[in-house]
Amino acid sequence: MNIIRHTRLSGLEPLVLTPDLLFVNVGERTNVTGSAQFKKLIKEDRYEEAVEVARQQVANGAQIIDVNMDEGLIDSETAMVRFLNLIAAEPDIARVPVMVDSSKWSVIEAGLRCLQGKGIVNSISMKEGEEAFLEHARKVRQYGAAAVVMAFDEDGQADTTERKIEICSRAYTLLTQQLDFPPEDIIFDPNIFAIATGIEEHNNYAVDFIEATREIKRRFPACHVSGGVSNVSFSFRGNDTVREAIHSVFLYHAIKAGMDMGIVNAGALAIYDELEPALREHVEDVVLNRREDATERLLAIADNYRRKKGEPVVENLAWREKPVRERLSHALVHGIDQFVVEDTEQARQLSTRPLDVIEGPLMDGMNVVGDLFGAGKMFLPQVVKSARVMKKAVAYLLPYIEAEKLRTGDTGKNNGKIVMATVKGDVHDIGKNIVAVVLRCNNFEVVDLGVMVPAQKILETAIAEQADMIGLSGLITPSLEEMGHVAREMQRQGFTVPLLIGGATTSRAHTALKIEPHYKSPCVWVKDASRAVGVAQSLVSKDLVEGFMAKIRAEYAEVRERHRHRGPGKQLVPLEKARAQRFTCDWAAYEPPQPAKPGLTVFDDYDLAELREYIDWTPFFQAWELAGHYPAILTDEVVGPQATELFNDAQHMLDRIVVEKWLTARAVIGFWPAASVGDDIELDLLPLPSGERVGVRGQGLPETAAGAPAEKTMLHHLRQQADKPVERPNLCLSDFVTPWEYGKRDWIGGFAVTAGLGIEPHLARFHAEHDDYSSIILKALADRLAEAFAERMHERVRREFWGYAADEALDNAALIAEKYQGVRPAPGYPACPDHTEKTTLFRLLDATANAGIELTEGFSMYPAAAVSGWYFSHPGSQYFVVGRLTRQQVEDYAKRKGWSREEAERWLASNLDYDPE
Amino acid sequence: MTTLPWLHPDRVIQLEQALRERILILDGAMGTMLQGHALDESGFRGERFAQGHDSQHDHAHPGECDLKGNNDLLSLTRPDLIRGVHEAYLEAGADLVETNTFNSTRISQADYHLEHLAYELNREGARLAREACDAYTARTPDKPRFVIGVLGPTSRTASLSPDVNDPGFRNVTFEELATNYAESAAGLIDGGADIVMVETIFDTLNAKAALFAVSELFRERGTRVPVMISGTITDRSGRTLSGQTAEAFYYSVCHARPLAVGLNCALGAADLRPHVQTLADIADCYVSTHPNAGLPNAFAEYDETPEQMASVVAGFARDGLLNLVGGCCGTTPAHIAAIAAAVRGCAPRRLPDASREAA
Repeated sequence: MNIIRHTRLSGLEPLVLTPDLLFVNVGERTNVTGSAQFKKLIKEDRYEEAVEVARQQVANGAQIIDVNMDEGLIDSETAMVRFLNLIAAEPDIARVPVMVDSSKWSVIEAGLRCLQGKGIVNSISMKEGEEAFLEHARKVRQYGAAAVVMAFDEDGQADTTERKIEICSRAYTLLTQQLDFPPEDIIFDPNIFAIATGIEEHNNYAVDFIEATREIKRRFPACHVSGGVSNVSFSFRGNDTVREAIHSVFLYHAIKAGMDMGIVNAGALAIYDELEPALREHVEDVVLNRREDATERLLAIADNYRRKKGEPVVENLAWREKPVRERLSHALVHGIDQFVVEDTEQARQLSTRPLDVIEGPLMDGMNVVGDLFGAGKMFLPQVVKSARVMKKAVAYLLPYIEAEKLRTGDTGKNNGKIVMATVKGDVHDIGKNIVAVVLRCNNFEVVDLGVMVPAQKILETAIAEQADMIGLSGLITPSLEEMGHVAREMQRQGFTVPLLIGGATTSRAHTALKIEPHYKSPCVWVKDASRAVGVAQSLVSKDLVEGFMAKIRAEYAEVRERHRHRGPGKQLVPLEKARAQRFTCDWAAYEPPQPAKPGLTVFDDYDLAELREYIDWTPFFQAWELAGHYPAILTDEVVGPQATELFNDAQHMLDRIVVEKWLTARAVIGFWPAASVGDDIELDLLPLPSGERVGVRGQGLPETAAGAPAEKTMLHHLRQQADKPVERPNLCLSDFVTPWEYGKRDWIGGFAVTAGLGIEPHLARFHAEHDDYSSIILKALADRLAEAFAERMHERVRREFWGYAADEALDNAALIAEKYQGVRPAPGYPACPDHTEKTTLFRLLDATANAGIELTEGFSMYPAAAVSGWYFSHPGSQYFVVGRLTRQQVEDYAKRKGWSREEAERWLASNLDYDPE
Repeated sequence: MTTLPWLHPDRVIQLEQALRERILILDGAMGTMLQGHALDESGFRGERFAQGHDSQHDHAHPGECDLKGNNDLLSLTRPDLIRGVHEAYLEAGADLVETNTFNSTRISQADYHLEHLAYELNREGARLAREACDAYTARTPDKPRFVIGVLGPTSRTASLSPDVNDPGFRNVTFEELATNYAESAAGLIDGGADIVMVETIFDTLNAKAALFAVSELFRERGTRVPVMISGTITDRSGRTLSGQTAEAFYYSVCHARPLAVGLNCALGAADLRPHVQTLADIADCYVSTHPNAGLPNAFAEYDETPEQMASVVAGFARDGLLNLVGGCCGTTPAHIAAIAAAVRGCAPRRLPDASREAA
């Protein structure tokens, strides 16, 4: 068995010190004794910037970070705890282990109590005798850390080779024999002291360290040797070039002798071989103490290497100086479209064929983008911006390519062709468009058929285009049925190309249960845009597809298996029992609020400036696959910068939308007398002479003055059937309206709002400019404005039009958190999952005429940026999920709706608790 | 630390003997079994807590406090039920049963204003398991049963901020956790636990505080019991809640020289497999797992059947990944019996260094 164990450290991720690591960089910039800048940040309480120093260290290659707060004017313990807690919240820093560095044991102990990973203590020593040393070492073990053991004893710090070896050996014996301390967790620091100080005794310090290291590693091969490297060049402070050269030469020799860890500025390590030969020679003389006049000779040339103060470090447009290939790559990665046309033209002139520009530099750049995105180092908004640059470049090249094609018939190659569409009845396409952009970035050819595309058109296009794949998207629940239909059609018509399923209501379970079994060729659910490329590439690759599909099929089979064996816990209660456990209140004492303005109210052109104040931004970021809540997301450690950039771009566009009136917001609301009858709600509508219908309580008022008969309208609702404890009712929306038998005048409201009218010309403009980024922002903003409109309208309903909460005063956060009385559930959503009820709602509101919103055959609204629903005012009303339904309730519902059971099962497919025949 | 003598040397010898011979069976969920009894508020309170607080102890409370859901309290108010659960699992074939002490820390009991019960709950919890195990061992002495004293995660996390606006904020310190765990561990050992297990570890720093407290307790008492450690990979990202990979987690706790390290809860067996594999590859000690009965469905219920779960776990065993296996949320005696049957005859995972004794 192997006797030498490797040192095993951890942050969020493991770090095993295997010999092939050669040398472990410990970042030194988060050390107040070593970095004046860091000290200043801590003293001035600028911890956020201090955290950035740590982040840079890790980004620059530090495998461990050293944290030291030893400074007279700082409360070191508090600073250590605060800083370690802050970096613990930064995954890109916390992934590496921490070295807790202090000369005070209390500070070290405070630091150890903040580390979930296995870190390193820097340091313990015998300077206060064996007892204290062993006590500290024992604690280090109990806290689960490794330790740097300094060559320091009761007599002081070891400076000669012999003393260094002697003290380290004594420490080793004590640790391993008295404490059973694991040898691999011992890291010796035999003291690096400054050389070339002008004092003769100091001249051999580097050699002493190197020689001691050699012997210590020979005696204790499981242990490590480390040191604070910047000490060695201390006498050259102010001349970074020479200091870096000394570090480099010193490390070159010390590492050969066995030093395998060091506290270094990970971003500023010169490469030994790349040092200027004269400088290297002079430095080597000093480090290895090869000549008596070594120090003088180095001093003599040192000034030649001094960097001028105030020299600009980075020139912003420096990348413009690079060759055109690199410029294109830079522009793509950074999403800069400013110079792309001129750069593309230059690249074209340098290429034999215009297509070479795409297949060469542009695709190389996009591959970098794809890799960074795949690795989680870039986020969706950046990728879409990169795609905008790409599209502009391609658009510029297209005429040249066409001309070339005419001449040679050469069309170039890509990864594969996919036909994508939002299925029939559905108008939602933001997610689909994002997926299309991401696939195009990865050199797939995308044929986007848009929204509301019938199955046959999708299939015909796939044949005509010789597509390699078909992608279906949808947001509303009826689209799930439609996707199943497309899959069955593909099977029936003998298709074999892979089918990809995506969109907000789709799921692995639905795909496995309801789509995949109908299509024998590959059928895969794609969770989000970030997965799309991986899936598509696996499907087009001859090498990957088999293994990939085997895995997917096994997964789906397991989902189906699990579904078949659903435990008894899911048992639903019979409809009678659920109804008996309905929500109720003291209806006899209840006084339903009467609307201040019954009948319909129409808003033709609502002020967008007012609505923007009501926007709930969190879903806007979700649309871009940026996870987090607004406003915290703007300062999020991972996505913060991208979220902020996106937010600024959105605000800028929103300014223009409002000022230039890109969009028109229209709405209609209405209130009608209502009573609940079982699970239904009955409205009484009487025609007025004006032709408008306004509700009045029907019973006892059979006719209007005009003599027209009362028209009854039924709203149909569904009831929860989960097995609930008695104190929790099985809810149905009709529970929130006074039952008819109480003979009270209760009301229900309805609304339909849109903020998407007039969007098309702007989308067309962006399309012409190859600007998907702006196009997606605009659609997402229209959605947000529509939701804001629904929120604002609901507020005004509570305060003015229904007026049951005239004194309500809530800020936007409270509105988003639904801290008000009453609800506005939308047909097709969890409390009333039957989309077809929108027909009744639209008829009552005459929403198409009054608000310009149309219903598709799948009961999706157009414009897509639209919201409609019911208003309930009862103080007990709430949102809930109807959930699973038994066949008994589905049959009952079908009867109430005048449907066959099959029809009901089709529209309620997502809610069925059973497999319909 | 490691040189301290065992508190119950004979039991440790039996345990290590059994671990060398076969895969040992842990028990399944306690909560799932107790739910089946559908106790109401008064059922939880019993006589002693009939007023919603402790009638035998003068303690701060807001008058009446709902105690329903405080499963650990049942060790005092319904010991018959707890012992019944232990017996059901022993009957199903468990070699080791876990005490009903998942929330028996001051921090967790503070939700019920019953902080003062922490020690008593642990001691009584261990005693009930001890009685059940001893009764079964007496029947079949060739199959000794062992009590695992459970130290749960508490409701707080030492390395995560509960305040999104201040990532440096913490609502519990290492010292507070260590004090809590020391008291609870003392109760477990005094009640007769053979092993102390720090389990369902969301945040490794909490576990490190527990391990620190336990090692201090051993030092004070001059004796020790074996320690088991079981972390929780919270989702398919393959990380703990506090962000560590399984490998990083092991390196963070292996200084305690545990008898076994493992993973439990949050995921079903199939999803846990790659992470159990990681531990099996790197751990110097024995490897355990007690997964959930699948992932919760839409109703937050677990619906993996005993047969499904056992067939997945049997794969782990066949591939030599396991030394101890049982169940967490949603598992029942039927699951444990199925698992026991499925791994019977499979050789236990061998320690990487055969010459090295566990712990």
